[in-house]
Amino acid sequence: MSPETTVTFHTPSTLDEAFALLKEHGDDARVIAGGTALVVMMKQSLVVVDHLVSLASIPGLVGIDVREGAVHIGALTRHRDVETSPIVREHLPFLSDVYGRVATVRIRNSATVGGGLAHADPSQDPPAALMVLDARVRLVSPRGEREVAVAEMFRDYYETVLRSDELIAEVIVPIPSATARTAYLKFLPRNEDDYATVAVAALAEVANGTVQKLRVTLIAAGPTPVRAEAVEAALEGQSPTAEAIRAAADLVADAVDPMDDFRGAPDYKRDMAVVFTRRALERVLLAQG
Amino acid sequence: MQLNVNGRTLEAEATGLATLVDVLRYELDLTGTKEACGVGVCGACTVLLDGRMVASCITLAAQAQGAQIQTIEGLGDRELLDPLQESFITDGGFQCGICTPGQLMAAKALLEHNPQPTEDEIKHWMMGNLCRCTGYYQIIESVANAANAARGDR
Repeated sequence: MSPETTVTFHTPSTLDEAFALLKEHGDDARVIAGGTALVVMMKQSLVVVDHLVSLASIPGLVGIDVREGAVHIGALTRHRDVETSPIVREHLPFLSDVYGRVATVRIRNSATVGGGLAHADPSQDPPAALMVLDARVRLVSPRGEREVAVAEMFRDYYETVLRSDELIAEVIVPIPSATARTAYLKFLPRNEDDYATVAVAALAEVANGTVQKLRVTLIAAGPTPVRAEAVEAALEGQSPTAEAIRAAADLVADAVDPMDDFRGAPDYKRDMAVVFTRRALERVLLAQG
Repeated sequence: MQLNVNGRTLEAEATGLATLVDVLRYELDLTGTKEACGVGVCGACTVLLDGRMVASCITLAAQAQGAQIQTIEGLGDRELLDPLQESFITDGGFQCGICTPGQLMAAKALLEHNPQPTEDEIKHWMMGNLCRCTGYYQIIESVANAANAARGDR
């Protein structure tokens, strides 16, 4: 890092102080949580700012609790703490597993839930799980607060619907029905702690031989996480036969828009999206009964 | 800024963007911690913050203020090595040595949290610590034997 760099590291102790700093410095400031993504981007000069506003000293942004049928996860809660939380393991074991699939323990010890979502890297694992669980984020700003579904918070490559004065305060994850089945399939042809070549999360409820509810989300399959609504619609209300699953999985090819990188060409990733979607559907639909 | 490293409070003149590994090495002369990939992937720069292993190459020194920082220099000394250091020597857990401080600190964090890990647990925990000499079997053996030594099996 160049020695002449003089970045001011602010440690506000209240949200209001943080809002004031962000307003004062505008585009010349970034919010920092765990820093696992932002520090790398700054080292690579992809982000150049003179002010970092750390949220680490603001009370009330860390922790996990259950209220009104949902698990509330403070934005500054670390990935590792979601993975190992007895509350998450009891009510959302699927979410605990998916947070445990992110990179390595070393990264999960620093990376935060809110930071990961605000970063909006389309290859990150947690949004896939949060989207099939119908999770939402609670955003706070000097103007008040609002909630946005995680499925609707990603606008483009590394872009979210967050306004410049908004911060993620918490993620609210409804506890699914006890009969819901979940699967997360992460295609990792290189190494276990890599980003996915493509990954699929699925959640299904089946009753009386009919698919009552289905959620299918892919990551590393386009500029944002992708909710495969066509796949869901093809199977909801239907009997989940192997044939119906195969036909529905084929529809994912048109829902994804994979990028060309060293993990594969777009056509290859599109084919793999179909394969892994089919396997995820089989896991959540055929395993029951 | 003040940093608490290996039980001592040290003063550093770090700017806001100085990484923890740079401050440890170039301001505090604690050169045991190595930087290799620089992007949090290889594990060479592993240190413990309040007992949790982190990548010091993507942690700003400013973020480590207020935490108990443990580096390889705090693990043992020439008179009394940590059981992990003993077993890495005995079992050939290193070759060129560049990754070794990170391997040891990661293993230290593992044994603090899980004193009797299975081989699978060791592999899973240590998977982000790369060894370009590829001495992985001996590293896994060294960690397992240190755990056994602590239990009195050797």
